[in-house]
Amino acid sequence: MSGMRLLFYLAALGILISQTPARGSPEKDRQIFLDTYSKNLPDVPLSRYVHGSMMLSDDALSQYDSIMDFPPFQDAVDSGEKIWNTPFKNGQNFSNCFENKGVEIAGKFPYYDSDLEQVVTFEMALNFCLQNNNEAPVDFVDPETMGALSAYARSLSDGMLMQIEISTPDALAKYNDGKSLYFRRIGQYNLACASCHLTHGGHYFRDELLSPAIGQAVHFPVFRGGERLYTLQMRYQRCMEAVGAVPYSSGSEELNNLEFFHSYLNNGLPLESSVYRR
Amino acid sequence: MVSEAHHRRIFLKSALAVISSLIVPSVGYSRWDKNAYNKTEIVASVQSVGVINLADLREGGSEITLLTPKIAENGAIVPITVNSKIPNTERIFIFAEKNPQPLVSDYVFTPHVEPFVASRIKMSETAFVHAIVLAEGVFYRTAREVKVTIGGCGEDS
Amino acid sequence: MDKTVRFRVRVKDSIANVKAMIFHPMETGYRRDKNSKSIIPQHFVHTAIVALNGKTIMEVHWSRSVSKNPYLNIRVPGVSAGDELSISWLDNMGQSGSSVSTIS
Repeated sequence: MSGMRLLFYLAALGILISQTPARGSPEKDRQIFLDTYSKNLPDVPLSRYVHGSMMLSDDALSQYDSIMDFPPFQDAVDSGEKIWNTPFKNGQNFSNCFENKGVEIAGKFPYYDSDLEQVVTFEMALNFCLQNNNEAPVDFVDPETMGALSAYARSLSDGMLMQIEISTPDALAKYNDGKSLYFRRIGQYNLACASCHLTHGGHYFRDELLSPAIGQAVHFPVFRGGERLYTLQMRYQRCMEAVGAVPYSSGSEELNNLEFFHSYLNNGLPLESSVYRR
Repeated sequence: MVSEAHHRRIFLKSALAVISSLIVPSVGYSRWDKNAYNKTEIVASVQSVGVINLADLREGGSEITLLTPKIAENGAIVPITVNSKIPNTERIFIFAEKNPQPLVSDYVFTPHVEPFVASRIKMSETAFVHAIVLAEGVFYRTAREVKVTIGGCGEDS
Repeated sequence: MDKTVRFRVRVKDSIANVKAMIFHPMETGYRRDKNSKSIIPQHFVHTAIVALNGKTIMEVHWSRSVSKNPYLNIRVPGVSAGDELSISWLDNMGQSGSSVSTIS
């Protein structure tokens, strides 16, 4: 059924958010989310959460496995590999900008940069790399530049566990900003992310399974229908549009902080880049 | 991600030169048949590949394995697998009954390759997927229904 | 180098399980360009030939109902190391491509 109808019914039912977030620790928040999902999805191991709305259907997962065995979007990832490997005009490479040459690092993003006093996402770091090497930054929502580059660069961290650190009061403040947005009702449908993905994460609404927040942030970018690339922030934008809100931009402080909060919830889960979604 | 075998490119002098070296099967057309692929309705489509009388179609039973999803995640990319155990299988035809042109693909087998094929097809809506096998002049059929919620032929958001 | 066909071949008991992908839009002719709103013309591979050591072993006929970047999985018995497997394709606009994989 169409996403719009789904949201209309949820809004009409006046879905209440049962958990009010207290100003506690991120670990306590993550535990609240985990407890909610265990109630909604008894006996489902955490490892299945990464498959989102497919997690309860063997039929869906079998299609996923079949497509992922030889993905049709391999050409897009390959073009990203080419961008990553092509030296800048000054002779430097993307790999010089990252520790460990960019291998096994994406699980530490986003992080709070105390010099810049802002949250830095992996995609921002790719753009900083370009700018620091006198190259033009690329558009966060362009699938052929940032999309492809991110699809390849993130794959160098496939298997790495999400491990977001929040160790200073300033970082915590950004985390809490992201958390506030997560719980804020927005748009014409007056829904918060939490309305669907916390309270009803793991519940069916008609034939759609609402994916839990835990498991959502580790499998990006996605190729919907096997061909349309979405980064995590592009997906946030689409969700905001779906509830009738004007979306924040990819790379905006609001979405960076949201990604910071969301990624923390996903700590402990393995990253996988460039995956198939319907 | 995906590893690949070492390969090198051969330069085609002319694609027509390759096509002209094709094998010709015993019944029906051999080249890509525009006439069969343009039929817009399942019965005409099946007849156009050589099944003149639909009553002559035999049930494939356990001799033909057709694997499809029960509910396609996205109609633009539906994985299907067909395996024929019928001796001397020459041809396998795949139809998606409700597609604008129901004939999706066909495969011509020599004895040097197993009568097995897996591919990914587009389906416009919930429909039966039919696999028709041609062996020694006889047509056999099996079919499975695939439910489609996101149609695979047009633009979607 | 233009890689229009990607292979993955696994041999077991001299049967080659061949997985291949031809990178091609398989445009149906039903989609419209987002900006100009005009129909994007049909553009699809209609024929592919699989050959072993230069001899055709299988012929593939496709329509625009085959998914973008078409995937093909077939099984070829009786292969030996050094055998050359090739896939050549031709589309409705007369474009073609070809690639070879050597069985290891």
